[in-house]
Amino acid sequence: MEVFNVLLQLLDATIRVSVPLLLACLAGLYSERSGIFDIGLEGKMLGGAFAGGAAAAVTGSAWLGLGAAVAVAVGLALVHGFASITHRGNQIVSGVAINFIAAGSTIILGQAWFRQGGRTPSLSGAGRFEAITLPGAEAARDIPVIGVIYAELISGHSILVYFAFLMVPFTWWVLFRTRFGLRLRAVGENPAAVDTAGISVAWLRYRAVICTGVLTGLAGAYLSVAQNAGFVKDMTAGKGFIALAALIFAKWKPVPAMFACLLFGFLEAASIRFQGQAWPMIGKVPVQFMQALPYVLTVVLLAGFIGKAIPPRAGGVPYVKER
Amino acid sequence: MADAAIELVGISKSFGPVKANRDIHLEVRRGTIHGIIGENGAGKSTLMSILYGFYQADSGEIRVGGKPVPIRTPNDAIALGIGMVHQHFMLVENFTVLENIILGAEGEALLGRSIAKARSELARLEREYGLEVDPDALIEDLPVGLQQRVEILKALYRGADILILDEPTGVLTPSEADHLFRILNQLKDQGKTVVLITHKLREIMAITDTVSVMRQGTIVATRETSETTVEELAELMVGRRVLLRVEKEPARAGAIKLEVKNLTVKDGRGVTMVDDVSFIVQAGEIVGIAGVAGNGQSELIEAIAGIRRAEFGTVVLDDKPIDVTGRADPAELRERGLAHVPEDRHHVGLVLAFAENENSILGYHYESLYLKGPFLNIDAIVADAEDKIEKYDIRPPNARLRTANFSGGNQQKIVLAREMEQDPGVLIVGQPTRGVDVGAIEFIHKRLIAMRDAGKAVLLISVELDEIRSLSDRILVMFDGRVVGERGPEATEGELGLLMAGVEAKEAAE
Repeated sequence: MEVFNVLLQLLDATIRVSVPLLLACLAGLYSERSGIFDIGLEGKMLGGAFAGGAAAAVTGSAWLGLGAAVAVAVGLALVHGFASITHRGNQIVSGVAINFIAAGSTIILGQAWFRQGGRTPSLSGAGRFEAITLPGAEAARDIPVIGVIYAELISGHSILVYFAFLMVPFTWWVLFRTRFGLRLRAVGENPAAVDTAGISVAWLRYRAVICTGVLTGLAGAYLSVAQNAGFVKDMTAGKGFIALAALIFAKWKPVPAMFACLLFGFLEAASIRFQGQAWPMIGKVPVQFMQALPYVLTVVLLAGFIGKAIPPRAGGVPYVKER
Repeated sequence: MADAAIELVGISKSFGPVKANRDIHLEVRRGTIHGIIGENGAGKSTLMSILYGFYQADSGEIRVGGKPVPIRTPNDAIALGIGMVHQHFMLVENFTVLENIILGAEGEALLGRSIAKARSELARLEREYGLEVDPDALIEDLPVGLQQRVEILKALYRGADILILDEPTGVLTPSEADHLFRILNQLKDQGKTVVLITHKLREIMAITDTVSVMRQGTIVATRETSETTVEELAELMVGRRVLLRVEKEPARAGAIKLEVKNLTVKDGRGVTMVDDVSFIVQAGEIVGIAGVAGNGQSELIEAIAGIRRAEFGTVVLDDKPIDVTGRADPAELRERGLAHVPEDRHHVGLVLAFAENENSILGYHYESLYLKGPFLNIDAIVADAEDKIEKYDIRPPNARLRTANFSGGNQQKIVLAREMEQDPGVLIVGQPTRGVDVGAIEFIHKRLIAMRDAGKAVLLISVELDEIRSLSDRILVMFDGRVVGERGPEATEGELGLLMAGVEAKEAAE
């Protein structure tokens, strides 16, 4: 029973830390499937987290915080789009620039507005997304195993958690069952085919980066308005890059993306859970080692365990009409 | 005229200083196959891209069915019933046939019903025109002939009455090309109008009703195909008389210069591309290797030239082996008298950003002639390059011009001049006239014959069957990595075509 409870707690934590990864990963999926590489997921998430935390603190409404987060992230996504679609700039450079802008400006604005060392004021009450207790969760708690799993693992998360996981089948449906999805996949593979079919390559790609903006905004809002009670500087801590790794690991497919994010989330949860614990034979493992594990795994997985990841063929290449 | 499907009136288009089209007047009659022939760079593709709304004309008017129409985007063209099959297929490779066909013509936001509709429509088109293709196959799994069929189906699905085909046979085997022509004739019988762009005279004569000849951005003549001849068209294209058949003496083959034994080569993915190939090339003969692109010819010459490692086998050059399975070194081979004109001049043969004179010594730059102490002797290099420019009639005659600014034919001459002027004993030539205009083809062919007559061994790889047949003294046919037959220069096109399609090889296997 002891092991079961530890496992349950671990999985519960896994879900919570996986959500921002999952939202960012799906965000990247829209953009990269359309042929726009996006290394700026991190920056958009961070900008969204700050805007969300700030707006929620000022207005006292988590929903307004969410709106602000999405607005800022979409704004940054459009900057990336303007540079790489309209002006056919280098997508990596543009993405890196967005990361820097977000990292710097969130601290400066945070300090200027709130004077708490780059933090936003602590949120409480309606300023945060609270955990939702699903119907029957309390009653189910007494049923062994299944009931406990329902009450502990499935129930009791904020609305953004459920939203993130629902986005997985939704994204799959959009990608493979709608006109927009067909065109999105086509433009990432062969934009010339889309152009000659009479569809605007630029507008299609802009819509894709707007999707990316919305989802990174949600990821950011989750960090500052749901998981934590306010924005802390650099609170994304590389999650945007882990999400990017998960995206490649998942070969740009939505359902594998969810499992990749859960795997990375599990490692992070485990590294927190087992911090400072003494292991038989090994003894105490340094905290830093546990913290490094997800990143070590990223390198190992990307270096060889996933087989050949074939990105969308037109990815990273600005579209220019051939002469 | 009432029966004109398309009229172009005074179309002009410039790209910067380059006038691609100048005052074009063209009329295509409904229900006919109209050929447009011209050398590369004559402006054929630009003209058709204007008609398809891919580019805007600077001036002039397009009339469809007698009415002037603005065509600003491909959508406008599609709405007017104009469909286009591009030279490079506009297909998404990892999509199915159906997905490609509905792309841009889905009709509604959800795919379910449009896919079902496309499936039944495809079955109808299949019945009507004999255009069979598996609707659920992935494009990347289809041979090019079928991919092209998907392009045609795409246009028909959008209700095209006027079908433009841009160099449609470049990637096809002779039998696939014949099949395409049957399809086009069938489309004509159904009342469709076909515009066929090509630089191959044979195709024009075989299938078109009317032909317009383009040269340097203008239409220089329009003829009824039945009232013209190949010679007249060739002359109109180039602006002077051309020799279509290469005149040559019978070969006087001498000592064995190059001997390839049991050569096996794999590509980057580990797929066997050259499978147990053996042959010899003697001094004073041209050995041609025919085959549809992608049947191992490229890998074969790369392995012999030392730029791709072979798995197995031996290659002997002048009685001394080349270490093809180990560390064969192109520079060393060059010194031993093996020159290589690569198939892909843009990526392998030349550095396009370099000046002409730099490219004309590339690979031979360490020779004392071009050096002054540890430095390059620029004056000597330029003088040498100017020498070659004169000898090979490279235009414009400017050794300091960036190589990218030369036309395809002249770029090819730069590579040929560099390799031939080294006076090699063995010359390996890949696609010597790909993308080269008729005038330059004639020149290049003459130089290759001259090399042969000077007692050099020449190994020629080309996807142009006419070229192989008119130059080679012996013809080897490659299919699926193996040499499936050897024929003399008198072999017919049909016979070689069957070999290239692997017909005999398959029969032997059964």
